[in-house]
Amino acid sequence: MQDVNVDKKLNIKGVVCPYTLVKSKLAMEELKVGQILEILLDYPEAADSIPKAMLNYGHTVLKVEKINLTDWIIQVRKEVED
Amino acid sequence: MDFTEEQLQRYSRHIILPEVGGKGQKKISNAKVFIIGAGGLGCPVGYYLSAAGVGTIALIDNDNVELSNLQRQIAHSMKTLGMNKADSVKKTFEALNSDVNVIAIKDRINNKNILDLIKNYDIIVDGSDNFPTRYLINDACVMLKKPLVSGAILRFEGQVTTILPGEGPCYRCLFEDPPPPGLVPSCQEAGVLGVLPGVIGALQATEVLKLILGKGKPLIGQLLVYDALETNFRKVKIPKNPDCAICGKNPKIKELSDYSQEYCTL
Repeated sequence: MQDVNVDKKLNIKGVVCPYTLVKSKLAMEELKVGQILEILLDYPEAADSIPKAMLNYGHTVLKVEKINLTDWIIQVRKEVED
Repeated sequence: MDFTEEQLQRYSRHIILPEVGGKGQKKISNAKVFIIGAGGLGCPVGYYLSAAGVGTIALIDNDNVELSNLQRQIAHSMKTLGMNKADSVKKTFEALNSDVNVIAIKDRINNKNILDLIKNYDIIVDGSDNFPTRYLINDACVMLKKPLVSGAILRFEGQVTTILPGEGPCYRCLFEDPPPPGLVPSCQEAGVLGVLPGVIGALQATEVLKLILGKGKPLIGQLLVYDALETNFRKVKIPKNPDCAICGKNPKIKELSDYSQEYCTL
C-alpha cells in the first residue's frame, strides 16, 4: 500500500462509540479539503463504523488497516467542506 | 474545537450530524434567543433549546405558576407553584443544562420596553397568548429586523410561522389588524389539549435551530397549521403585502402602539 502525506494524526485508543466518531468528525472539520486525517483506534466496532460514516459525510477512505492485535489505522481524505 | 469531554458527550448526537457538526454546535452555543412567555409554548421551546445548548436564553413572563398551568406547561412543577413563571423555568432549564445562561425577566412585555429588551438577541420566539402582544412583537421584530418564530394554539389546533423581516411577509401581511377583543376566544375560555403546545413548541424550537445553523428551509412565507384531531399538517402560503402597514414600502406604523387597554380582560 502506498504511503500518503498525512496532515493530522488522531489517537483515540481507549475511546468507545459514539465518541470515536465524534472525535474523528471534529478532527475532520479542522482540515481543509484535500487534506488527510489518520486515526489510530482500538475499538473494534469503530474500525467498521468510522469508514462508513466518513463515506456518508462525502469523504474518501484511503486505508483501513489492522496494524497489530488490538489497533487499527484509518486514513481519510477530506472531500467536502462541513 | 474546544469542547469539554462533558460537552462532547452531551452534544454527541448533534456533532455527528453532517448539518450540525462541531461548527454548528458552536453556533448554537453562541446564539442568544429571546422567548416571550414562559407558558405552554415557552416551556417546550426553552426546554429543547436548553437541551440543545443555546448559549443565552431569555424568558419574560409576569405571571405566577398555577395548578391549572401544569396540564401543559411542562417546565413548571408542583415545587414551583406560586413562583414567577420566568424564575420557575430558569430553575428547570439550568437543572437540565448548566452550559445555558438563562435570563428570567419578571415583567410584561409592552410597547415601551420591547425594543430595549430584544435588541441584543439573535432570534425572537413568540409564545404569547394574546393578539395585542402578538402584533406588538411582530412590529418590534420588523422594526429591528429580527427573525421571529411565531406560534399559536387553541383547542386542538396550532400554527407556526417564521418571519424574516425584509425577506418574507410578516404577521400583518397575513392579518392586517388584531381581531376585535372577544371575537377569538382565549385558551382560558375555550380550552386547549395539553400536548398541543408541546407539538407547536417543538416545531418552533426546530425553526430556531435551523435559523441558528443556517440549514434547511425555514417556514418563511408559510403558515403551518396542525390539526391534532385529524392528525393533519397543512401549509398555507402567506403572500407579502406590499402595502403592509409595518413591513410594506411605505409603512404607516412609525411607532409601537399600546393595545393593552382595550384588551385588559385577556
